[in-house]
Amino acid sequence: MDTTTLEPTAPVKLTAKDFTSDQEIKWCPGCGDYSILKQVQTVLPDFVVEKEKVVFVSGIGCSSRFPYYMNTYGIHSIHGRAPAIATGVKAANPELNVWVISGDGDLMSIGGNHLIHVLRRNPNIKLMMFNNEIYGLTKGQYSPTSQRGVVTKSTPFGSLDEPFNPAELALGAKSTFFARTLDRDPKHMQAIITRANAHKGTSFVEVYQNCPVFNDGVFFVYTEKETKKEECLWLENGKPLVFGQTENKGIKLDGFKPVVVELGNGVSKDDLWVHDESDKIKASILAQFANFTGNEHKPRPFGVFYKEERSCIEDDMTAQIDYAFEKKGRVPLNKILSGDKTWTIV
Amino acid sequence: MDTTLETKQSRVTTTVNSESIVVRFSGDSGDGMQLTGMQFTDTSALLGKDISTFPEYPAEIRAPAGTLAGVSGFQVHFGSKEIFTPGDFYDVIVCMNAAALKTDLERLKKDGVVIANVSGFDSKNMKLAGYPEGATNPLEDGTLDGYKVYRVDVSKLTKEALKESGLGMKEIERSKNMFVLGLLFWMFDNSMEFTIKSLEEKFGKKPDILAANLKVLKAGWNYGDTTEVFTTRYKTTAAQLTPGVYRNISGNQALSIGILAAAEKAGLPIFLGSYPITPASDVLHDLSKYKSNGVKTFQAEDEIAAICSAIGAAYTGSLGVTSTSGPGVALKSEAMSLAMIFEIPLLICDIQRGGPSTGLPTKTEQADLMMAMYGRHGESPLPIIAANSPADCFDAVYEAVKISIEHMVPVIFLSDGYIANGAEPWRFPTEDMLAPIKATFLQENNNPGGKLLPYKRDVNGVRPWIKPGTKGLEHRIGGLEKQEDTGNVSYDSKNHERMVHLRAAKVEKIADFIPLIKPDSGPAKGKMCVLGWGSTYGAIKTALLELNQEGYKDISHVHVRHMNPFPKNLGELLHSYEKVLVPEMNTGQLILLVRAKYLVPAVGLNKVQGQPFTTEEVKAKIVELYNQK
Repeated sequence: MDTTTLEPTAPVKLTAKDFTSDQEIKWCPGCGDYSILKQVQTVLPDFVVEKEKVVFVSGIGCSSRFPYYMNTYGIHSIHGRAPAIATGVKAANPELNVWVISGDGDLMSIGGNHLIHVLRRNPNIKLMMFNNEIYGLTKGQYSPTSQRGVVTKSTPFGSLDEPFNPAELALGAKSTFFARTLDRDPKHMQAIITRANAHKGTSFVEVYQNCPVFNDGVFFVYTEKETKKEECLWLENGKPLVFGQTENKGIKLDGFKPVVVELGNGVSKDDLWVHDESDKIKASILAQFANFTGNEHKPRPFGVFYKEERSCIEDDMTAQIDYAFEKKGRVPLNKILSGDKTWTIV
Repeated sequence: MDTTLETKQSRVTTTVNSESIVVRFSGDSGDGMQLTGMQFTDTSALLGKDISTFPEYPAEIRAPAGTLAGVSGFQVHFGSKEIFTPGDFYDVIVCMNAAALKTDLERLKKDGVVIANVSGFDSKNMKLAGYPEGATNPLEDGTLDGYKVYRVDVSKLTKEALKESGLGMKEIERSKNMFVLGLLFWMFDNSMEFTIKSLEEKFGKKPDILAANLKVLKAGWNYGDTTEVFTTRYKTTAAQLTPGVYRNISGNQALSIGILAAAEKAGLPIFLGSYPITPASDVLHDLSKYKSNGVKTFQAEDEIAAICSAIGAAYTGSLGVTSTSGPGVALKSEAMSLAMIFEIPLLICDIQRGGPSTGLPTKTEQADLMMAMYGRHGESPLPIIAANSPADCFDAVYEAVKISIEHMVPVIFLSDGYIANGAEPWRFPTEDMLAPIKATFLQENNNPGGKLLPYKRDVNGVRPWIKPGTKGLEHRIGGLEKQEDTGNVSYDSKNHERMVHLRAAKVEKIADFIPLIKPDSGPAKGKMCVLGWGSTYGAIKTALLELNQEGYKDISHVHVRHMNPFPKNLGELLHSYEKVLVPEMNTGQLILLVRAKYLVPAVGLNKVQGQPFTTEEVKAKIVELYNQK
């Protein structure tokens, strides 16, 4: 007797091409956004089986054109509001895999309020902020992450504003996942996107992105061969903080104060600060690396700063609904219409 | 009024039978006058009287006690005839302090009744109410000559009733509104049964508080019944309302219920994104109680996030709702245009209040009509539906949701503080009486063999609703101008113009789906029509009923509910009258629209005092215009 059984066919793995829409890409030649788009399209097939469940939501700005280039569901919305729209999408249908694509102007300036609130509510959405420290689409005004003194069209005598430090802001707003990566390190970005996707909660990923037209080279110290080994600190959970041309330097903690030390001469990796993604105090110190200047100068950390498990608003919302349903049951429409007190006129 | 005498307990009380009576309860914000008024109203309603209420409270939660700013009032008009307004003038005022009397006396009828809490008229309260140093007590100095005045020391009598209760002074003080309620129940010959039941429900877990409230309530009743001070009782019989089952309902409650009903009939889950704002917060509160029906409510970080979250939810196939007042609509304006160009269903509820800016947040006004019509950037017309009474909020919002879903367009629902907080009896429908609402989602490519056309329109100009999660229909929508049919970004100038017209035509087409307008009362053509919209309905209706009895038989009342698009025959109807009067609680907004659109030589009657029109005001203007050569 023939006992052949048919194995259920595994769904065909999607490819980067499946995530590429038919729309012509209109970013400037050499824009860092191309790399980010490519990395997202490259890694999504690793964890997305049903692309119809993916929704990309964006605001306004160069980065926010992103959804048009993804062959998924997508919303290109209004300036700064993507986190609020995405919260509604996710809360209404928790099954969806929701991504927010935004920039430093969109997310930290006009959308600053929505950013801090989405972080504290922690819906399970992935939030990528392309930080180029400039307003590109409006042709070159300083942004909330631009350094003090930067000369732009709107600041011909130099900007007066103290910039935001996105990592500090995120941790202060109770972000459950903060990571930083950069456009010119595809492998690192792919790894970070993969980790952001795996985190259940709002994953906030800051991507250093070069704007070749209005702020060219602002992050080159972190991306170019000559400087990057000295200026980048690659965070890996459980590993000591080592950096430098020949991995010859490290970070030690002196109380709460981070100190750069040379390895050798009695200083070994065992003496260094070991990265712990679950330690919020250490994450806060790492966040401040970007603030240290002069003698205090520190390399810039890249990788996952902090990660914490906390319930997501859409799950809590569903749980509350389930609880109310169990306790009360569905109120029939006729009962809603009549209310509790009625009288009859004959 | 007819009067009978009755001998009871060896004293004579007069019973006055009255068709309708207006009572106004006033006191400090902390005196519990709103609660007292509502209890009184509920009982009147349950006894089959027609009612209309008007709560009026200060913008501050606890303004300085005893001051004019702190006066909180609750007006109820009840009777055996059909009632459409809370009444112009008061038959009875209950004044817990001097400030309350000062506020209310102006509108007390000539032979009206004052029930005054004497301990609220001591020198301290007089001073707080703004009487000059050494001024005489208005309860004693002849100010109230001609009125029937009952001086009752409510505070003292309440203390007396509760002296053995073991309660602290604060709790005792808090129960004095129950004394007033008991006394009023006696005066108006109303049963205490319903209030007793409601107190038992409310304080079931606090037996000492319950006992105290019941004791004081009965003490109030007995005070009326046994002391010989009170010589008159008032009686109103049940109203001759259309037979049926009724409930009492406020405008905001009717709005919430209307949303629940429409969503259920459409088979859609509700997502409400809202931010607290007076007088719209009730909608957020009410809908939050229906979690067991799967309702998702989200108190957002601001007005913008509120509407944006609702847009996100609507995109996924929920009934997206946002509720607010004028200042909130202003903040939502950009997102409303986004929803408009997305062409997705969305309900925007504007419970209007006095503006501009924070204006008169707890008072009423109809000054957001132009904002609803034109208060957005770009060419962004939206359908607008305005409710005309508390109960009508149900029908109006139900229709707003139906239009929104069936025509894939955000719809603005307009109400205002007057009808949102006011209440009236409602002969509520049952589920099967409600019109069907058809919500459909595209399941497969609407362009077989080619690419999906998310902005392909049907004969009514309506595009398909496509839920994310639907396989094979992945597509992008955005705020950039779209190419016709494909929805792809297009900067083509001719395409933009065409899309602007297509979106406007879709909204205009809704006029084919709404009923033609006909007069609410009066002939369909002739000498004069009074054209109203929204909450002026009751005042206009009552004015015309009274004028009709006074011999003015040829005046019509036309009331617009569909503010955009207007009913197709509105222009024709207005032109069939020689004169058109447009009363509005603004400086003239509907009048601008009908003049511009139909070239009707209409005349306005405008009031922007944070107060609804009185019937008298409307009548006076009608007569003036009617008699004008």
